[in-house]
Amino acid sequence: MQHGKYRFIVGFLVVPLALYAIFVIWPFVQSIYYSFTDWTGLSPDFKMVGFDNYSRMLDDDIFWKSLQHSVLLVLLLPLVTLGLALFFAFMLNVGGRRRKNATVAGVRGSSFYKIAYFFPQVLSIVIVALLFQFAFNPTSGMLNSTLKAVGLKSLQPDWLGDPNLALYCVMVVLIWSTVGFFVVLFSAGMASIPKDFYEAALLDGADRITTFFRITLPLLWDTVQSGWVYMGILALGVEAFTAVQVMTVGPGGPDYSTTILPLYVYQTAFRDAQAGYATTIGVGLLIVTMLFAGIVMRLGRRERLEF
Amino acid sequence: MKVTETPPAVPAPRSPVTKTDAPAGEPAKKSEGAVLNVFSHGMLIIWAVLVVMPLLWAVMASFKTDDAILSTPWSLPDSLHFENWSRAWTQAHMSDYFLNTLMVVGGSLVGTLLLGSMAAYVLARFDFPGNRFIYYLFIGGMSFPVILALVPLFFVMNNMGLLNSVHGLILVYIAYSLPFTVFFLTSFFRTLPTSIAEAAMLDGASHTRTFFQVMLPMAKPGLISVGIFNFLGQWNQYMLPTVLNTDPDGKVLSQGLVELATSQGYKGDWSGLFAGLVMAMLPVLAAYIVFQRQVVAGLTAGALK
Repeated sequence: MQHGKYRFIVGFLVVPLALYAIFVIWPFVQSIYYSFTDWTGLSPDFKMVGFDNYSRMLDDDIFWKSLQHSVLLVLLLPLVTLGLALFFAFMLNVGGRRRKNATVAGVRGSSFYKIAYFFPQVLSIVIVALLFQFAFNPTSGMLNSTLKAVGLKSLQPDWLGDPNLALYCVMVVLIWSTVGFFVVLFSAGMASIPKDFYEAALLDGADRITTFFRITLPLLWDTVQSGWVYMGILALGVEAFTAVQVMTVGPGGPDYSTTILPLYVYQTAFRDAQAGYATTIGVGLLIVTMLFAGIVMRLGRRERLEF
Repeated sequence: MKVTETPPAVPAPRSPVTKTDAPAGEPAKKSEGAVLNVFSHGMLIIWAVLVVMPLLWAVMASFKTDDAILSTPWSLPDSLHFENWSRAWTQAHMSDYFLNTLMVVGGSLVGTLLLGSMAAYVLARFDFPGNRFIYYLFIGGMSFPVILALVPLFFVMNNMGLLNSVHGLILVYIAYSLPFTVFFLTSFFRTLPTSIAEAAMLDGASHTRTFFQVMLPMAKPGLISVGIFNFLGQWNQYMLPTVLNTDPDGKVLSQGLVELATSQGYKGDWSGLFAGLVMAMLPVLAAYIVFQRQVVAGLTAGALK
């Protein structure tokens, strides 16, 4: 019996574990090793160069630029997205007309709003990015033609072609596609907060804004915090990379104004054929990710409220 | 409230006072509620329009001529130009991209669910040395930057001769989907009752048979949630195929769309591009509307845990 049990365990674990080890763990370990080499990725020979790549990285202007852009994304993206989502979720849940016996009520048609808001979440970020790329098109895009139509002919920004605007255009796309997800998430959380809390506060003379900051937000804090981590990882990870890679000129342009760390890793490895140096930047990205997660966890630590 | 100011010595008039006082206070409150209601509806509608407009616009543009898209971007199409769609489907190889994506996602989805549930079941239900270690090894994969592993992964795949192949891509998709799948299903298997599996074992079923004939059917709701999550993630995958699958004939949908967008730069085929985009959007939209509840549950499940 025992013998059979262990054979079963090994039999069931060996394939998933092997796949995971070969395609995820092993490359990950290797990348840290390669970050200390001068490997180009093209030829099989390379040698250890110690911390050369790391000191080169610290002197690399483009690295600092991409770091700056990534940090900007990590700070702004969660703030705007979660702020908007909390606002809309609160509107959905307590913005409704008062019905009999209920002090707070959701707006009519809240399930319709949730269905519509959530939809961008299921779309590929590639589709969204391509759609917005055309919307931002300076000559014939939706935005500038609308501006023209309402008589703002002089106001025709270059959007993605303007180094001062391009990164914000990318940010808009990421915000547009993720707000709905958090509206639904927060809305579920808000619906589970007992209505008596609001009733008691409103009877005591609190207004709605106070109830949001004193009741809703503290009780939702855990969800908001994990949303913060999720958005931060998104801003440092695949989604931000895809949006920049698909939308911007270059990609990463104009004039390195939208280069972010994952894009710089990708370009260094596969365009410039400097695989060793690329993994060094990747390790930099890993450190930024871990720092971010650590900071959010530490700042966000609060007493857990049971209700 | 004025009620408290009435002399306490006279209890009788109290109730009439409250009654007359109440209507005086209520309109003020009601109007506050009404203002809030109008305001919240207004804001909610604005965002709904912002979300829906670009999508409707794309659908409209896919039926227009290139001229109409550029000159009158907001007008309805003069007639439904279905030739945009057929051009995108055949000449722009959308049909090939669909087929490739279906093959890759079909294979990897089945593989992910099978291997993920096998690993999760063992990790959730059996005590053995190293159980916790393996579990955390899987979970750790959820929070790490894929881009870091991508460079060596390219060369691992190259050495194994798996670059630019459907089965290679399937294996990589499975490997990168395992962390969340194992995480989700492990906690799901823990919630299932043990008694039925024990009864099956007493009746002489082997561990393997118990798993496939008793436990998997019981785990169906969890498999559906995590299946939807993985389906969307794998269907929309862009970064992994961009690096690992560069053969023009083997491109998946998201790569194909980017290809289409780049090539329209010199062909000027905007209508074809939008037809392609809408074509890629439709199956996901349809699936989302039909399985709306499960999709939302599947996607939010990860964040709530």
